[in-house]
Amino acid sequence: MPENLTIEVNGCELPAKAGMSVAAALFQAGEFRFRISASGQPRAALCGMGICFECRVTIDGQANCRSCQILVRDGMVIRTS
Amino acid sequence: MVGAGIVGAACAKELAEAGLRVAICEQNGYAGGGATAAGMGHLAVMDDSDAQFALTSYSQSLWRELAQELPAEAEYLACGALWVAADEEELREVERKFRFYQNRNVPAEILDSKQLAEAEPNLRAGLAGGLLLTADSVCYPPCAAGYLTKRAAATGGNIFFGKKVTEVSESGVRLEDNTFLTAGLTVIATGAAAVRLAPEIDVHPRKGHLAITDRYPGFVRHQLIELGYLKNAHSTTADSVAFNVQPRVTGQILIGSSRQFGVEDAVAEGPMLSNMLARAIEYMPAIADLSTIRVWTGFRAATPDNLPLIGARPGYRRIYLATGHEGLGISTSLATASLLADEILGRDSAIPRSPYEPSRSVAVHA
Repeated sequence: MPENLTIEVNGCELPAKAGMSVAAALFQAGEFRFRISASGQPRAALCGMGICFECRVTIDGQANCRSCQILVRDGMVIRTS
Repeated sequence: MVGAGIVGAACAKELAEAGLRVAICEQNGYAGGGATAAGMGHLAVMDDSDAQFALTSYSQSLWRELAQELPAEAEYLACGALWVAADEEELREVERKFRFYQNRNVPAEILDSKQLAEAEPNLRAGLAGGLLLTADSVCYPPCAAGYLTKRAAATGGNIFFGKKVTEVSESGVRLEDNTFLTAGLTVIATGAAAVRLAPEIDVHPRKGHLAITDRYPGFVRHQLIELGYLKNAHSTTADSVAFNVQPRVTGQILIGSSRQFGVEDAVAEGPMLSNMLARAIEYMPAIADLSTIRVWTGFRAATPDNLPLIGARPGYRRIYLATGHEGLGISTSLATASLLADEILGRDSAIPRSPYEPSRSVAVHA
């Protein structure tokens, strides 16, 4: 069984499993708005392979991280907009 | 008007609004697609010569007026420029520049090391200080060129987009499809490519690279330039890079700059880019963690004395030049248009035109 981790999403602690991408963890947590586009539209992971850049979130203070390309770590702090 | 970069577009607007019937020929399918799109769009006042100061300062005042009517997509931003001094030697240069600007009534402030860190928290610690030019601004040049072109066309002028001019003569221009357009006057405003139409002029392409990041609002607050930029920018032989970054209205950050002579291939070069980005990271270490989404190159139109060619083409009665602006074409486009229109229409100018007369360049290097 994959190791159970805890991540923080917009101030709420959520469970996650080791080996998941941040995007998968966000979807599992019911988060379908990862960011707001320049024209004000809600966006979330689309291609899942690092090409479309729709899934960008802030991870541990670093803006514009592609959540589909980064695996969750215990204690990771994620912010969507 | 041959060329709808920022210079050609500004000249077309100025002449059209002065009552001339203007046609614009542009090889791209839109305005501002050459060096105009490749540049940063820093609207600077420069102090490297009295003539450069006069032109940039006059042009900045024209930009300030135009800003009232520019569309939002031209992204005019009065962010000010900060010349960054790394050490005591560069701080003395800050003091010299401060006196230069102060004597000419340009608003300037000297920042010490602590004030510099407060003004730009992402600069590395321990820099010596800086010079803040509060009136410097930035804009998004292709959209500004598009706006100026639209204004020129609004007076009833014709626009020939997507057609390259292959020949300019006293009676008009020939397009690549062999169409001949008769013109009373022709202005060549095609930047570094002007030598194709006027082979005798002393203008050489100077390649530059730029990179742009994703959106990080607030990361950079002013146009930032290292003082070493001047030493590098004026070296006419060696390849060079300098720390030069700009905040965009979108939160994106433009990262420059590089200068190369004798390279005609527009390909983005790995070694130049990595030197340029390493220089930027040296000044702003956190740039290393930002995501860069695009890099590109462009060609500045360099002249031997670093001043543009504005006015009658030597040896011709009906052909004019507006080129050779090197890295200051966006800055000085509006003043260029004003001086060119003054010459064509026999008007007095706000500043002396003689330092930019094309005849001075040809005479010196004949």
